[in-house]
Amino acid sequence: MTTLRLEAAAPVARPAAVVLEGLSRGFGGRRILDGISLTIAAGEFVALIGRSGSGKSTLLRTLARLDDDAEREGVLHVPAQSSVLFQDARLLPWIRVLDNVMLGLRDSEARSRALKLLADVGLAGREAAWPETLSGGEKQRVALARALAHEPELLLADEPFGALDALTRLRMHALLFQLIGRYRPTVLLVTHDVDEALTLADRVLVMEEGRIALDRPVDLPHPRRPSDARYETLRRSLLAALGVFA
Amino acid sequence: MTIVSPREFYGASAWRGFPGPSTRKAGRADRPARPLTPRRLGPGGQLFGPALVLVIWELASLTGLLSPRLLAAPSTAVATGYRLLVEGVLVQHFLASAERAYLGLAIGVALGLALALIAGLTRLGEATIDGLVQIKRAIPTLALIPLAILWLGIGETMKVALIVTSVLVPVYINTHAALRGIDLRYVELARTVGLSRLEFIRRVALPGALPGFFTGLRLAVTMCWTALVVLEQINTTEGIGYLMNRARDYGQTDVIVVGLVVYAALGLLSDGAVRWWERRVLSYRKVIGT
Repeated sequence: MTTLRLEAAAPVARPAAVVLEGLSRGFGGRRILDGISLTIAAGEFVALIGRSGSGKSTLLRTLARLDDDAEREGVLHVPAQSSVLFQDARLLPWIRVLDNVMLGLRDSEARSRALKLLADVGLAGREAAWPETLSGGEKQRVALARALAHEPELLLADEPFGALDALTRLRMHALLFQLIGRYRPTVLLVTHDVDEALTLADRVLVMEEGRIALDRPVDLPHPRRPSDARYETLRRSLLAALGVFA
Repeated sequence: MTIVSPREFYGASAWRGFPGPSTRKAGRADRPARPLTPRRLGPGGQLFGPALVLVIWELASLTGLLSPRLLAAPSTAVATGYRLLVEGVLVQHFLASAERAYLGLAIGVALGLALALIAGLTRLGEATIDGLVQIKRAIPTLALIPLAILWLGIGETMKVALIVTSVLVPVYINTHAALRGIDLRYVELARTVGLSRLEFIRRVALPGALPGFFTGLRLAVTMCWTALVVLEQINTTEGIGYLMNRARDYGQTDVIVVGLVVYAALGLLSDGAVRWWERRVLSYRKVIGT
């Protein structure tokens, strides 16, 4: 019911993948999310930025149905099939790379899909490697393959490149963009990096004290260049919303 | 993008350049730097201490400082050990001891593991078992001997049962702690990839608890022999412990030393065997410090 009404009101023609309405959460009496209303269209790539403690990770974890025991009110519609990409790759060290990608898959094509995704992320031939023998960037690529192997309608990424070095991060941006283009999930990317948000997302949200303080479409063609004047204008307005140029 | 030089970025006054290969301290450079931490021991380096004690011990015995009534010389003990081995006495007593120790070990480890899994994976199990094992942990095994004799007699059953109860504790404690201490990040992962409870136990909880189990096992393999020393004073005519006690009655300090060496060798060998097995099973870990 609610979903239908909001779909009609949304400016985009695509159906809504995520609908939040007056979503609030608190932990031990402290309010972390404060009445958030948000619609994300299917296939949309949304970046969520904000300072530490602004509630962006809590919002992502809520969508991932983690910490379900905490207080919650409001409406929350998320697709049944969602995957999470954590900041740490979170591979199980005692099973090999391919088994990590296949973790939790039960269908008969799981293996071929996992193999294909490992090839997609450039790790063909490393299927039998132990996770601990991989570099940080390689581990995060395995995590990306694992996330996509579930064929998620919604991909939730919680600062997935935050722990990587600058060069690896740039390569991961390109890889993520390419794979998102191929598998087309709806994406919510939590990051503290304004440039990461502007390079990848169709739309950027700025969170502040548990609310969405700014909601900007990024209407720039790919590949996006920081030298573009419109990029720079957007960047400044986002940084201002984050309080950097206040 | 403009590239800012370090001098511009930090301000000219603050900028004095990187230290780089300076020529100022050239006098010190040709001497190798004194390491702040001791250099690593070479292979077998730890044998120095034991070898030193052996030499002093042998010298003390040779010069008559150490009476053979108190302690036999190492060389005498070696000769006695060889004699006992050739006569078959040592093997016979060793096998009798080994049977008790390893039977107790096998049952105790299986029981400790089973209890740890029940307590670690179910709430009812935790409530029922954990308190009991913690109480057992506080009671020394040897203090149970009087009761065990009343219940099980003075035969083999009593001896094996007591080894079981002592071995069970370290296996339980370490496996249980590892199960309870499962990384919450992996629990979250298991939820997001949709693992069932059974899959979670098989893929995450059990492999995660394996290092703890091995720690417990390493303690258990030495513990099963420790308990024997006392247990083999009770109603038996076979076993290393019996051999040593009889030697005390006859004042044969060389036989006592042989018994001690057998215990030490067994402890080291068992520990080595478990570590070898552990390295194979946990080969996914980059082993640091071995």
